[in-house]
Amino acid sequence: MSNNNNREVIVSVKHVDITFDAGTKKAFKAVKDANFDIYKGETFALVGESGSGKTTLGRAILRINPCSAGEITFEGKRISGKISREEDRNVVRCIQMIFQDPAASLNERATIEYCVSEGLYNFHLYKDEADRIAKVDRALQDVGLLPEHKSRYPHEFSGGQRQRVGIARAMIMEPKFIVADEPISALDVSIRAQVLNLMNKLKAEKDLTYLFIAHDLSVVRFISDRIAVIHLGEIVEIAESETLFEYPLHPYTISLLSAVPMPDPLIEKNRKHVVYDPSVLDQSGAPREMREVRPGHFVHCTEKEFAEYQAKASRMEKEKKG
Amino acid sequence: MAENRNVVLSAKDIEVKFRVRDNYLTAIRGVSLDLYEGETFAIVGESGSGKSVFTKTFTGMLESNGTISNGSVMFHGKDLTKLKTDKDWEGIRGAKISTIFQDPMTSLNPIRTIGSQITEVIEKHQGISKAEAKKQAIEMMERVGIVNAANRFDEYPFQYSGGMRQRIVIAIALACHPEILICDEPTTALDVTIQAQILQLIRDLQKELGFTTLYITHDLGVVANVADRVGVMYGGQIIEFGTVEEIFFESCHPYTWALLSSLPQLGIKGQDLYYITGTPPSLYNKIKGDAFAPRNEHALKIDFEQEPPFFKVSDTHYAKTWLLDPRAPRLERPEVIQDLHAKIKKMTDKGGAFHVE
Repeated sequence: MSNNNNREVIVSVKHVDITFDAGTKKAFKAVKDANFDIYKGETFALVGESGSGKTTLGRAILRINPCSAGEITFEGKRISGKISREEDRNVVRCIQMIFQDPAASLNERATIEYCVSEGLYNFHLYKDEADRIAKVDRALQDVGLLPEHKSRYPHEFSGGQRQRVGIARAMIMEPKFIVADEPISALDVSIRAQVLNLMNKLKAEKDLTYLFIAHDLSVVRFISDRIAVIHLGEIVEIAESETLFEYPLHPYTISLLSAVPMPDPLIEKNRKHVVYDPSVLDQSGAPREMREVRPGHFVHCTEKEFAEYQAKASRMEKEKKG
Repeated sequence: MAENRNVVLSAKDIEVKFRVRDNYLTAIRGVSLDLYEGETFAIVGESGSGKSVFTKTFTGMLESNGTISNGSVMFHGKDLTKLKTDKDWEGIRGAKISTIFQDPMTSLNPIRTIGSQITEVIEKHQGISKAEAKKQAIEMMERVGIVNAANRFDEYPFQYSGGMRQRIVIAIALACHPEILICDEPTTALDVTIQAQILQLIRDLQKELGFTTLYITHDLGVVANVADRVGVMYGGQIIEFGTVEEIFFESCHPYTWALLSSLPQLGIKGQDLYYITGTPPSLYNKIKGDAFAPRNEHALKIDFEQEPPFFKVSDTHYAKTWLLDPRAPRLERPEVIQDLHAKIKKMTDKGGAFHVE
């Protein structure tokens, strides 16, 4: 990507297809030709509705869902398909996940100490018991919990605290890359803010890279550096966060943007919600691909639409300046 | 303006207790609410604030370990808190007062057809023939925006998308033309784009059929979209209520301030979002003073000692905070929510982040 040439790529998704029940009559392509890079140190957001394939793609990076075409690389090495056992272990350790529902993702019959140490046990990442406990204590402190919480069970915590435990068990592995799948959707408004702040803090302290999967553009705007919008398995637009909000081009992005509820009754009651209508797209059957409309701003379009989007973007830019 | 309208339902000093093992938990601590005919009232609060429990007293749907230990709910001259058996509730629950729940998958029966689930309600409450009920059901399905309703009558819930299922739940709730529709987080499980459509649908139907809507939600964006009046709940009490404009632009309770301030829409990149420290109060213990005091950075000494009464701000706006006492120090609203309208206007006007052409 032109203006990002000097940045280090940590994860690269190259023309990836993900098909469920491949080879059978039921074959269903959940992700089609996903192609993007994630740079070290950034928060890359994947935004879309349920069923758009955003979680499937996140899981493919974690090696849970196999790719049926294309490949995924991590730090320059291919991690999709068959790889050696050693490499597999390395990926499992370096790429961690934060789940949506902290109540469902923690073992309710295990103490917090066990929940957080599980990764350490699996990978023998501690010298002795004292070292393990020191690591657990540090991980809990990092996420704003106290060492004495170790002996408690998940049900004794509030939703926000449970999500902190979920984050602590990811952090204790000292990952480089984190896939956060709707980490705040199940939380209350006031707790959402806490978890978002915490994720930002940890990112800065530990030099992390996030793939942040969400459906809510208002949250994504606050947390991400770049955003990819995905619809029915296809990425339709990728841009830097500010650019996407300033110059939304694909009609689906515009529809998503118009659906964000604004906390102002005078404005919200008159706000127009744009329903996405795919028939406005070029129906000529011309090939569609990701095309760079402005530097770093890619839209999935045909040649004809590409010209329209370019004209629209420069008109919007002029209006902004004038 | 609200004064001269008819009150359809009036709750007075409702207190609800739950028996949990050998302990009693007080989930609702003296809540009063008048619902006016045709209005949309929204109750906002965090999980555990009691917003669902409170409205369940209107339909007798409290869990079996819960009791209404005080107060009354007057509806058509009847005190609903006195009704005990399902038979007592017949003709009210589902007929005059209906509820839409959060998750459409759990409120529909997965192994029965969509059509039979709608006709069941119509037959039961209106006592009409099967054929006539089917006709009404298809009409209702069309009304909630199901295309090709007659053909989809015999399909099962799993053949419908999440948004369509919620439309069916709305059709069932409205099948008997209720006077009050309670919407308990109706869009929380749905995508934002579908959410906008469902909210619009409920509003259109309300205009057409003239029922009163009571929303329960934690999302202030939804509140701004739908509500005429708003009540903010915390720790089992309504702590502030007023018209939707008063709550968003002239709120007086520090908890309402905190809720508004923590909205991600107002966040500035690179800065921390505002958040409320601490956790909500335990409802097992008797709460002394203002329930929000321990989490309130502006709490006064009296907030820890004595429960504040409702202070009148305007004819329609009341808040339960000592800050409104003439003796209290004057506090400004937090900066993030000052000039809220101007800020949001800037965001949605041409050139703003949420502007849509």
